[in-house]
Amino acid sequence: MADDMNNASEAHIPTVIADGLHIVYRVNGAKTGKGSATSALSRIVRRGDERGVRKVHAVKGVTFTAYRGEAIGLIGSNGSGKSTLLRAIAGLLPAERGKVYTDGQPSLLGVNAALMNDLTGERNVILGGLAMGMSREQIRERYQEIVDFSGINEKGDFITLPMRTYSSGMAARLRFSIAAAKDHDVLMIDEALATGDRKFQKRSEARIRELRKEAGTVFLVSHNNKSIRDTCDRVLWLERGELRMDGPTAEVLKEYEKFTGK
Amino acid sequence: MTARPSPDDGLSPADLAAKYGLTVSGARPGLSEYVRQLWGRRHFILAFSQAKLTAQYSQAKLGQLWQVATPLLNALVYYLIFGLILGADRGMGKEVYIPFLVTGVFVFTFTQSSVMAGVRAISGNLGLVRALHFPRASLPVSFALQQLQQLLFSMIVLLLVAVAFGSYPSLAWLLVIPALALQFLFNVGLALIMARAGSKTPDLAQLMPFVMRTWMYASGVMFSIPIMLKGKPGWIADALQWNPAAIYMDLMRYALIDGYPRENLPPHVWAVALGWAVLVAVGGFVYFWKAEERYGRG
Repeated sequence: MADDMNNASEAHIPTVIADGLHIVYRVNGAKTGKGSATSALSRIVRRGDERGVRKVHAVKGVTFTAYRGEAIGLIGSNGSGKSTLLRAIAGLLPAERGKVYTDGQPSLLGVNAALMNDLTGERNVILGGLAMGMSREQIRERYQEIVDFSGINEKGDFITLPMRTYSSGMAARLRFSIAAAKDHDVLMIDEALATGDRKFQKRSEARIRELRKEAGTVFLVSHNNKSIRDTCDRVLWLERGELRMDGPTAEVLKEYEKFTGK
Repeated sequence: MTARPSPDDGLSPADLAAKYGLTVSGARPGLSEYVRQLWGRRHFILAFSQAKLTAQYSQAKLGQLWQVATPLLNALVYYLIFGLILGADRGMGKEVYIPFLVTGVFVFTFTQSSVMAGVRAISGNLGLVRALHFPRASLPVSFALQQLQQLLFSMIVLLLVAVAFGSYPSLAWLLVIPALALQFLFNVGLALIMARAGSKTPDLAQLMPFVMRTWMYASGVMFSIPIMLKGKPGWIADALQWNPAAIYMDLMRYALIDGYPRENLPPHVWAVALGWAVLVAVGGFVYFWKAEERYGRG
């Protein structure tokens, strides 16, 4: 009873607010088709507003409010700005205009960039954990759990070999296991469900559900409408950086499937 | 979403955020908070620097032996060119010149590689910056720390060279520790400055080798500044001797080499070494912190 009361009052506590958010990437050396030295030189001489820099307007004025306990799916065709939006919510990409307000520190599920192929799996577990902000003690506690979950050692002692010797599936599994070892307030998952073999996918789906329970709000980017339908109760549909639709999963997916011609 | 009536309906996003205590995502923390966060990441900084160091030679057959072999070969090449072919050892005997040269090369390389790593600390790790949260200063600090560990391997070679040319271990060798600590502080500051500059202008990675080489030749790595500039206006030698690279090199030579007396060092050398270290480290840190929230932008 008391729990129900809590849920009812918590239902409308916002955790993430995006207010007219614009994200612009700047790409060096892509202004003209020709990348020759002379054209670079003439650009310097001519002095445009920003020489040799091409702007990519990836997210255009997105506004929404996410509440505690929601699982929100992000859909849209390739290059529609989904991953960029997630990074902006996490505070990893600075906004050009507009603001993102968050409760606590949202985190992106993924440590790929911190891991090094030349190191052993063992050292990568520690390095990845530290990079995500875990303490040495927390990593020691969870170490065995991470290794067991990844299933790396099922076919022999692979964890003490450098990661470059892993098959791509094994490496992906280890990366997911490290990333999923930490608890998050606001959790963002970028197509993480599609890694590994069938058995591992099952296991990671279960782990994501667990993380969802612990986290306040979950964002999921995926091209798999089924996994969106299974995990999310609200969907944001992005197209060309604009928020095209925002509503309950079934409604938005119906429109989206009509749009993509499925 | 059922459109349930809520007392929050009329609020603007900013007011709503204020009401529930939400904060702007990715905002820059205050300076003292930033220092605290950075200290909280000290294990990551250390682990990252060690990982980079190990990864460097992990594919080589001789493995980590290269940590010592690379500086040794470097010293040999410089000796061959400057000691035997060019004869830059004017005013010094062989037993002084060779440790003098090797010390100079190693100490300068420490600063040089910290600068070069600093330039790429952010621009070369954008993937990491865009994926995870941590005070961005962790990266340049970590790279400078990697160079310090590299230098410690070089120190093994350096001490062997010193002994081989007749400078035996004495209490003065302990001065190596404060000299290195000050230079490390200076390098961290420089790496932070270069990291911010390099994140805005990646072209610096192409430009810096020339700047660094000029700096190296002007700092008396292979020759003694006072002897080389005898007869020229005094201020040139002064300016060259007071530059931080020359100061840190001279301190190390003074500590290690028996035949390198106190007179070769400019006056107040420790105070100057400390001054450079504090000035550049604090200045660099504040300069880097000022752009903290903008490092993710490509």
